Amino acid sequence: MSGYSDGFGGAWKLIFTLDPDLYEIIFLSLQVTITAVIIASIIGLPMGAWLAVNRFMFRRYVIAVLNALMGLPPVVVGLFVYMALSRAGPLGGFGLLFSPAAMIIAQVIIITPLIASISHQTIRDLWAEYHDLLISMNATRTQRIRALLWDGRRALLTATLAGFGRAIGEVGAIMIVGGNIEHATRVLTTAIALETGKGNFAFAMGLGLVLIVIAVIINLAIHIVGKTERASTW
Amino acid sequence: MVSILPLVLTDATAHMRGKKLVGPVSLTLSPKGFTMVIGPNGAGKTTLLRLMHGLQRCTKGQVEWAVPAAQARDRQGFVFQSPIMMRRNVADSLAYPLRLRGMSKAEAQEKVAKCAGNFGLSDLLENVAPLLSGGEKQKLSLARALITEPEILFLDEPCANLDGRATREIEHILQQVQARGTRLVMSTHDMGQARRLAQDVIFLMQGKVHEHAAAESFFSAPTTAEAKAFINGDIVE
Repeated sequence: MSGYSDGFGGAWKLIFTLDPDLYEIIFLSLQVTITAVIIASIIGLPMGAWLAVNRFMFRRYVIAVLNALMGLPPVVVGLFVYMALSRAGPLGGFGLLFSPAAMIIAQVIIITPLIASISHQTIRDLWAEYHDLLISMNATRTQRIRALLWDGRRALLTATLAGFGRAIGEVGAIMIVGGNIEHATRVLTTAIALETGKGNFAFAMGLGLVLIVIAVIINLAIHIVGKTERASTW
Repeated sequence: MVSILPLVLTDATAHMRGKKLVGPVSLTLSPKGFTMVIGPNGAGKTTLLRLMHGLQRCTKGQVEWAVPAAQARDRQGFVFQSPIMMRRNVADSLAYPLRLRGMSKAEAQEKVAKCAGNFGLSDLLENVAPLLSGGEKQKLSLARALITEPEILFLDEPCANLDGRATREIEHILQQVQARGTRLVMSTHDMGQARRLAQDVIFLMQGKVHEHAAAESFFSAPTTAEAKAFINGDIVE
C-alpha cells in the first residue's frame, strides 16, 4: 500500500510543480491524439454516412469488413506502418519513422474504422427516418449526407469520443512507429510503460492520473459543448 | 414558366418484391383542383400518392408530367401522414428546402418569417421541431412543403392523428392554398373531410381505381356498388 501512496504523492507533486518533462509528454500526447482524431473524423464520418445512404454491390460485405477492422490489433498496425515508413518501405523517402507524424498515421489507421462504423450505425437510423423527406425534397446525394451529418452531429460526437478514447490510450502501435524517444515521440502511454519498467512508479502514476483526468475532462467537455444530455436541444 | 401539369398515369403499376401494391392505374390530374383519394385500409392510397410523386418506383406503365420528371420534382411537395421532423428548430426546418434550392440565408430567413406568420408558427420558430405537438408538427410539415411554392402538393392523410381543432386549422390552410392555385391531391379516411374539401374523388380498392368522378356526382350517385357501400359507411374489403 505504501507503494501506492508514495506513487500518488509523487504524482501530485509532479503535476502541481508543473514538471516540464511531464507537461511536454502531456502536450505531445494531446497533439498527436487530437490531430489523429480530427483526420480520422474527416475520413470516417462522411464514410459512415456514405455507406448508410448508398446502395451498391457487396455493400454488406464492405460494412462487415469495416466492423471487423474496428478490432485491428494496434501492434500489427504499428508493424505495417513501420514497414511502410522504414527506409526500405514505399514511404521511406519521407523520413517520417520515429516522428509524431508516424504516430498520427498509425492512430488514424486504428481509429478511422471505429469512427466510420459507429457513425454508419447512427446515420443509418437517421437515414431511415429522413429517407422519404429528403428524396421528396429532391436533395442531391451530397446534400443528403450533409443533412444527416449535421442533424446527427450530437450522436456522432460519440463516435469521435470513442476514437479519442482508443487513440489516447493506445500504446502498441505508437511505441513501434514512434520509438518512445525522449523529447521527441514520448507520449503518456509509452512513458508509463517505460517508467513502470524502470520502477519509477511516482512518475508512471503521475502520467496515469493525467491520462485518466484528460480522458474524463475531454468527454465531459464534449458532452457539455454538444449538449448531448439535453434532449430539448437535439 | 411552363406548368408541370397535367399529370398522366397510364397503366401505372407499383410492385414490391414481386407483389403488386397498386395498379394498373390510368388517370389524368388536371392543372387545377382538389382531388381526394379515398378507399378502405390497404386499398393503395398512400402508394398511389407516392407513385405520383416519385417516391414509389413505377414498375409497369408510365407516370408522365408535362415536363421532364427531373424538372417536375422541384415543383412538387409531399406531406406525410406521420410528420417527419428534422432535428432542428422550426426556423431551420422551414429554411431547409429553400437552402437546398440555393437561396441565400438572408432571403431564406425573410421567407421563413413570412411563411411562419401565415401558418401561425411565428411564436415557435426557436422551438425544436421533434418536440412540437402533433398539430404543430403537421402545420410545420405543411408549411415546409409549401414554402417553396410547389405547383402540386400531395398530402397523405395529414389529419389522421389530429383532433378536431387541429384538423379544422389544417383544412382552412388547405382551402386557402387551393384558392391561391396550388393543385392538391390528398388521401383521407374521413368521409366528412372528403365531402368538405374534394372537388373530385378517386375511389381506390385493392390497388385499382374503382371510380374517378367529380365530388358532387360521386357522393350523390356513385356508379359502383363498392363506392356506394363505402360512402354509406358499410364495411368494404
